[in-house]
Formats: sequence, structure tokens, C-alpha cells
Amino acid sequence: MLKLKNNDTALFLAFCVMVLAGPIILAPLGAGYPDLLQRFAIFGIFAVGYNILFGLTGYLSFGHAAFLGVGSYSAVWMFKLLSMNIIPGIILAVILSGIFALLIGFITLRRSGIYFSILTLAFAQMSYSLAYSVLTPITNGETGLQIHLADPRILDTKSTDGSLPSTNLFGLEMNDTWRTTLFGMDLQFNVGFYVSAILLILCFYLSIRIFRSPFGLMLRAVKTNQNRLMYTGVNTKPYLLTAFVISGMYAGLAGGLLAAMDPLAGAERMQWTESGTVVLMTILGGTGTLLGPVFGAGAIKYFENIFSKVNDSVLAGWFNFMPDWMTDTMVFLLGPFFGKGWHLTLGLVFMAVVIFLPGGLMEGASKIANLFGKRKNKGSVDSTGTPAE
Amino acid sequence: MGILEVQNVNKHFGGLHALNNVNLSVEEGTVHAIIGPNGAGKSTFLNCLIGKLKPDTGTVLFQGNPVLGKKPHEINQMGISRVFQTPEIFTDLTVFENVMIPCFAKRDGSFELNALKRVRREADIREKAEQMLLDVNMQDKIHVEAASLSRGDKRRLEMAMCLAQDPKLLLLDEPTAGMARADTNNTIDLLKHIGETRNITKVIIEHDMHVVFSLATKISVLAQGAIIAEDIPDNIKGHPKVREAYLGEAEV
Amino acid sequence: MDDILLQILNGLDKGSAYALITLGLTLIFGTLGVVNFAHGSLFMLGAFVAVIVRKIMMISSVTLDPTRTNFLGKPLEIKTTYIEQWFGSFGTWMIDYSVPIAVLVAIPVMMLVGFVMERGLIKHFYHRPHADQILVTFGLAIVLQEIVKKFFGANAIPQAAPEAASGALDIGVWLGFAENAVIYPEWRLIYFFFAVAVIAAVFSFLRFTTFGMVVRAGMVDRETVGLLGININRRFTLMFGIAAAVTGMAGVMYAPILSPNYHMGMDFLVLTFVVVVVGGMGSLPGAVLAGFMLGILESFASMNEVKSILPGIDQIIIYLVAIIILLVRPRGLMGKAGVMED
Repeated sequence: MLKLKNNDTALFLAFCVMVLAGPIILAPLGAGYPDLLQRFAIFGIFAVGYNILFGLTGYLSFGHAAFLGVGSYSAVWMFKLLSMNIIPGIILAVILSGIFALLIGFITLRRSGIYFSILTLAFAQMSYSLAYSVLTPITNGETGLQIHLADPRILDTKSTDGSLPSTNLFGLEMNDTWRTTLFGMDLQFNVGFYVSAILLILCFYLSIRIFRSPFGLMLRAVKTNQNRLMYTGVNTKPYLLTAFVISGMYAGLAGGLLAAMDPLAGAERMQWTESGTVVLMTILGGTGTLLGPVFGAGAIKYFENIFSKVNDSVLAGWFNFMPDWMTDTMVFLLGPFFGKGWHLTLGLVFMAVVIFLPGGLMEGASKIANLFGKRKNKGSVDSTGTPAE
Repeated sequence: MGILEVQNVNKHFGGLHALNNVNLSVEEGTVHAIIGPNGAGKSTFLNCLIGKLKPDTGTVLFQGNPVLGKKPHEINQMGISRVFQTPEIFTDLTVFENVMIPCFAKRDGSFELNALKRVRREADIREKAEQMLLDVNMQDKIHVEAASLSRGDKRRLEMAMCLAQDPKLLLLDEPTAGMARADTNNTIDLLKHIGETRNITKVIIEHDMHVVFSLATKISVLAQGAIIAEDIPDNIKGHPKVREAYLGEAEV
Repeated sequence: MDDILLQILNGLDKGSAYALITLGLTLIFGTLGVVNFAHGSLFMLGAFVAVIVRKIMMISSVTLDPTRTNFLGKPLEIKTTYIEQWFGSFGTWMIDYSVPIAVLVAIPVMMLVGFVMERGLIKHFYHRPHADQILVTFGLAIVLQEIVKKFFGANAIPQAAPEAASGALDIGVWLGFAENAVIYPEWRLIYFFFAVAVIAAVFSFLRFTTFGMVVRAGMVDRETVGLLGININRRFTLMFGIAAAVTGMAGVMYAPILSPNYHMGMDFLVLTFVVVVVGGMGSLPGAVLAGFMLGILESFASMNEVKSILPGIDQIIIYLVAIIILLVRPRGLMGKAGVMED
């Protein structure tokens, strides 16, 4: 048990290496390009934060996309008003989403269980509706919020060449990419990805600390027996509210980063299906585990990318070796799940995970590991069952 | 004045007068048992004490401070702990974590934003939790998940959790309900052991007369929502009203 | 005064839909203890039963009329539906009445959908945590929505009410207001009466039949009813079917009011849950009351006079009411203690 400390350190170091070497590791999988790598890291942050609420306390929020949206809008506004440097945008994204989460959490946490889920859902839908209607001056309604040449950007020097400025970190542009070739593979090291990756690592570190803190212990106690905790002299409300705000701020950071990579924000980012996606990422990876949500986010974004790109002709290419009629049948059968049918696949995966693998990939991995009698990985794989010492 | 003063407490459920002008004074350091036939209002009474129910009228003073209307965690922080009829523990956590939680609640109060401290480095908490588990003789099960404990062990664990807070008043709701004889005796020994080493006032609600007469220093009899007798155990046994209330329950 | 009446009427049809969907949701929740996030999909599937029935009726044979040409100069195609070829004017009547006919079709179809859903999926989740129930039905809702999208496309498919019921009524005159002060579409009024009839049928079914009595008893205390030697599970399956049928019918009848689209289930689901929260989880009268109340409130909020004072209020009024109700009366208007509070 005392080794856990070392296990955490090892886990963290392995995580750092894995994330920083992402462009190399993922290149053979065809996922080594900046846009996708950025999304891995950003949605990793989103899911890690969501897991602090759902994984530790068991409170199932269906409204976290609202915080993602708030983060995006605030970041874009900073890009418009202040500077294309992402620092002010991201700071405002985190602060505003935190305040927003505090307000929403204060009301929704008066109820628990299913009521909480419905209330968070109602709030998210309300934000979504407002973003589309009354708040149009702030959100630019259906078009979405974008940057323009005419924006003040009081801290930046006016660009002279008439092209839109790009987001940067003290001059390092987010879409700068250094390319090289290794063993014939095209490797792309992108500034935006590394900014997101470093923030992901920080967020992950914070999440480990929270999991292993007395605060985290209290949150886990809330999940297993909230009544006992109250009769033990603990006021559960502020603990829950803190967890809610922290996870809201993670979501805001993710939203801010999304805007930093691509400076626009739209209301569809706040839709409740987006909230559903982060729930899926968390449970797919393994609710309440440290690493699970990151893997869950990665898996969903990876397959989203692959599935959305494949259309019928690509499918036909895969089954080219078969006789024509068989190729047609395969395309007919599989076609609905690819391309625009990605959401169908997503829904099916959602159901399959809840039905067959409620513990997520992490539990699945540890089951397989146990099957082979290898117990050495247990510490890093399983953190639901491990005590927080 | 006693450590716990209950004055004129009334509670109605619809037409049922569940508590009828209950007065009770618990002296510091005693083990005060409340007995009574089924449906006498024992559990209602206890729930009123811990803030789960709010009586219609009456006052409850703990060390001179009003208890009614306070939230469960506030009442607990005043120094009142409760052992439930079915052990209420954190089943998903280990035994050690279960005991650490009340230690934190005792040290840090009802809320402390300690998100960046490490449980691993809280030496005083860990020491105290270990000591508590030693006291209830569970040191060998320290890293077991609480869900897998036997019922008797769950009861021990719950006791350890309550004791870890150094409560001034311990409320026990049928602590031996549904237990085998051997477990019951173990629990009696445990409670006696607690009484010897600490000065904790106890209010115990119990059906099992064997338990009551082994532990109690004073007994109140509750029947149909009212206290009908209050005396030391030896006198209670022969009390005519008590015999009447129990209608020949031979054990008394 | 007539303005107020008009707004109440305007809210009635939406309120009726809320009430019917919520009734189905509450039946499922109350009997089976399952939180069904795929419930909105049942409403959507119902609406698409109307679409399918109409489509089937519209299957036509194509003949070329060489005597006339279209604008391209080709012979004009004349489509004649088979149903008209076979049944003549009765066929034309059937096409006109496709929506009411679809209601009759929807009853067995939606019951079957309900049975399959309950036996195939929901049954396995009775003893799983509510979070799992929510998640798996959420997944199912996405799947159903995407399947419908795949077959019927992303655009809404307008459905016509029967000719005889597609006019408007001058209700104001009946009540002594000026002429043309309160004009109300006939079909919406029919929808309201339909909803009232279905609600009355469900309530009397639960009230006056043995089956209903057992189900109500089961809603209060499932274990005891089980102990009486009554096979409560089978009845609950049937109850799920009935709830699906009620919700499906609500969807069919709503098709002329809101053109069926693949995401209407999700849209209504969120609102339905809010209605449930306001009415009180597990309370059937609460569900109906809150459904109508919120529908009418929403209609008042969309009045220009109100919107000019509180812009955007029509978008969020339902959520606001839900939040206020939960803060003031945490169990909703008619909720009972201990329901879903673990």
C-alpha cells in the first residue's frame, strides 16, 4: 500500500511521456496531425475535470457542455477586445466558467440523484436557448462568434497586411508546426498541441492530487453514503459545490483552448448531446479512475475522426478484394455507421459500454491483465479500488 | 442539569400521537437506556435528537444549547454521534478510510478545502485512525474494503467511526438488532470497554433486555409515545407500569 | 380578456403534448422505477408512424399522359395512388384522414415497440443504478434518432390534418367576444380533446380495473404485491407498452401541428423532464397538471407584450419555473417524499 506513492509518481511520469510524445506515438495510427492531437488533449482536460465530479461523487451532470461554451465565448471575446495572445482569453474562460458553475451548482446541488441530472440538463438547455436568442449581442447567435479585422484588440499592434491575425502565445502561433520525417512517417510537432498538452499534464497532476487528498476522500464518501457523512459532522454541500466548480473550470479551460486553437465559438458547443459525449468519454475510459477519462476522450475523438472521414467509396475500397456483390453488401451494411452515421455508432458504443463494460476500458484492461495473471500493472490500472493514501 | 435535556417534546404523524410530552434528562457519564414495546416511539424519539425529524413542540438542549432545527452535521459537530440500527458505513472505501473520515471531521470541522493536502501525509489522522481500529480489535482488517466485512465487523467499524470523534454523547439505536448471541456479547463487551476508557455518555435504545441490563445505569420506559417509568435497572424490573406495558413479556 | 383566452388556448395544444408525454414517462417511472431518457424517442417514433402511414398510402402507379406535356416538353407523368385505384373515393378519404388512421395503427405498433424496448433492454437495468439507466437509455435515444434520420432525412416532413379539421374556429364568438377576436385552429382543439380523452382513459383504467389496481399497488410497494403471488413483472411490461402507446399517439396527433423531424424526441424529452420535476416525480396528476400549466405559461411568455419587457423569456420560462419550484417546493407540485431521492 505504501508503494502507491511511487505508483502515482510512475503513473504521472508515464503520462507525461505519453502525452508529450503524442505526435510520435499516434503517427502510425494516422492520428499524428495537429488538429486531432489538439482535440485529444483538450477533450482529455474536459473529461479529467468531469471525472472529478462524476467519478468521485457520483453526481451525474448533463450540463457540462454549458461551461465548455462559456469558456469558448469568453476566450473569443478576449481575442476580439484585448489580444490574440491566448493567456488573457484562457484566464477569463476559466474564471467565468467557474463563476457560472458556482451559480448553477449552488442551485442544482440542492437536489441529488436524478433530480440533479435533470436540473443540470435544464440549465444547459436554458443557456443554449439564450445563446441563440437574447444573448445574440454576446454570442452572435447562429453564426457564432468570430474575430474580425475591425476588432479593437487594444494590446496588439494592428496588422497591416489585411489578413486575420492568428492566436499565439507571446508570438508563438498556435498553428505553427514543425515537421520532420522519421522512418518514413510524417511527424508534426504543433505549438497549439504542446500548449494544450502542457495544460493537460497540469490538469492531470491536479486531478491526482485531488484524488489523493482528504477532499477527494470526502467526495468518495459522498458517493458511497452521503447520509453517514452528514451524521459524521461533514457538511457535504460545500464539498460538492467545490467539486462542481472545479470540474466546471476544467470544462471552461477546455472551451477556452478550443477557441484558442480555432478562434470561433458557437452555441452548438453547449448542446446537451455535447454534455452526453463527455459523460460517454468518462464512462468509456472508466469512471473514477485517473487515466480512464483521458483514454476515453482519446478513443472517442479518434474514432469520431476515422468514422466521419470514411464514406461509401472508401468503404468500397476496403472490400475491393471481394466479389462485387459482396463489396456492395458490405458497403450497404456498414455504410450507415460511417460518415454522417458517426452519431449512430456513438449511440451504439454508449449502450454497449453501459451494458457490457460499466467499469469502462480501465476495468476491461485490468480484467484482461488479471486473466493473464499479471498483477504488476494493477496499481496504475485500478484506482477506484485503491485507497487514497 | 443533565448533559441532554428533553423537554415537552411532541410529535404527531397525521392522527398518531407518536411522542406525547416526552421529558428526559440524561446525566453526564451514565448509560441511559430507553426501552419500550414495538411502536412505542423509540426511533421517532432518536430521530428527533439527531435532526432527522423535527418535533411539533418542545425543546432539546445539549449542554444547555438547543439542538432542534440544526442540521445533522451541526448536531454532530456539537458532540453527538450516532450508531444506526443497520450499520451505516462507507461500503466502497477501506476500513482505514472509513475511520479516517470522522477523524478529519473532528479535526477540520464540517468543511475544509483541503484539496491539495495529501491523505498520506496526515500523520496525526492516520495514527488516530489506527488507534481506533486497535481499540475495536480490527487492526488486521485495516485495508479491507468495508463492503466485504461481516455484520459484526461492520458494527465494530461503525463504533470505531463514532468513537474517533470523541463524542460527548453517543446514541445507539438497537446496536445488537439481528445479531447472533456471540456477536451480541462481543458488542456488550465492546461497549463496556468503551465506557471504561472514555467518559462518553450513552443513550441506548434496545429491545434485548440482556443487553439493557448488562449496560444501563438508568432506564426510561417509553410506551405509546410517553415516558411511563424512569429508574435504575433493579427497580425497573419490578415496576408495575412496565409489566403492564409489556403485557407479560417474560424477560422483564 | 380575449388576449388572455387566446394565450390559454395557444398553450393548450403544447400543454396537452407535455401532459401526454409526461404521463407516459411517469407511468414507466412509477411502475418500473426506470428513468427513461429514450422516452422522447417514443413521441418522435409516434410522429413518424403518421409519416409512414401517409407514405404507404401515397404509393402510386405512374402512367404517362402523351396528350399533355410538362415544362420540359416530355409527356406528363400522372401519379395515381393504388389506394385510390382500389377503393375509389374511399381511398381519397383515407388519405385525407391519414393522421387519425395512423393513431389506430400506432396503438399496436407503439405497444410492440414498448414491449421490445422493455424486454430487450430496460428489463436488464431494473437493479442497476439510476445513472446507468439514464446512460443506456440516452444511448438508445441517440440510436433511434439517428436511425430515423438515416431513413427520413434531416428535414421536417409536414403532415396535413384532415381537410374537415384543418380550418379555424372563431371561439371568441361562442363566448361572447367580438368576431375574429379569438381564432383557433380546429386541429389544435381536437388535439386538446384527444389528450383529455386519453388522460381520462388512462386514469379510469388505473382506477377501475383490477389490473390498474395491481399496478397502482405496485407503484406504492412493489415487494408486497409480489408477495401476494401476483406476477407483477408481466403487468409492468404491459404497462410499459401502454405508456409507449400513449406517448406514441401523442406524437401521431401532434404531427399536423409540428412537422415530424428526427430531433423532436430529444427536444421534447428535456422539456418533459422539466415538467416531471415541476409536477413531482412519480405523481400522475402532478404530471398532467404541470404539463398543461407549463404549456400555457410558455404561451403567455411568448406574447409580444411580455417579450418586450423580458426579452427571451419565452425561451427559458419553463426552465425558470422548474428552478423556482424546486427551490420553493423541492418535491414539485404533487411529489411524494422518498421518490428518487437516494
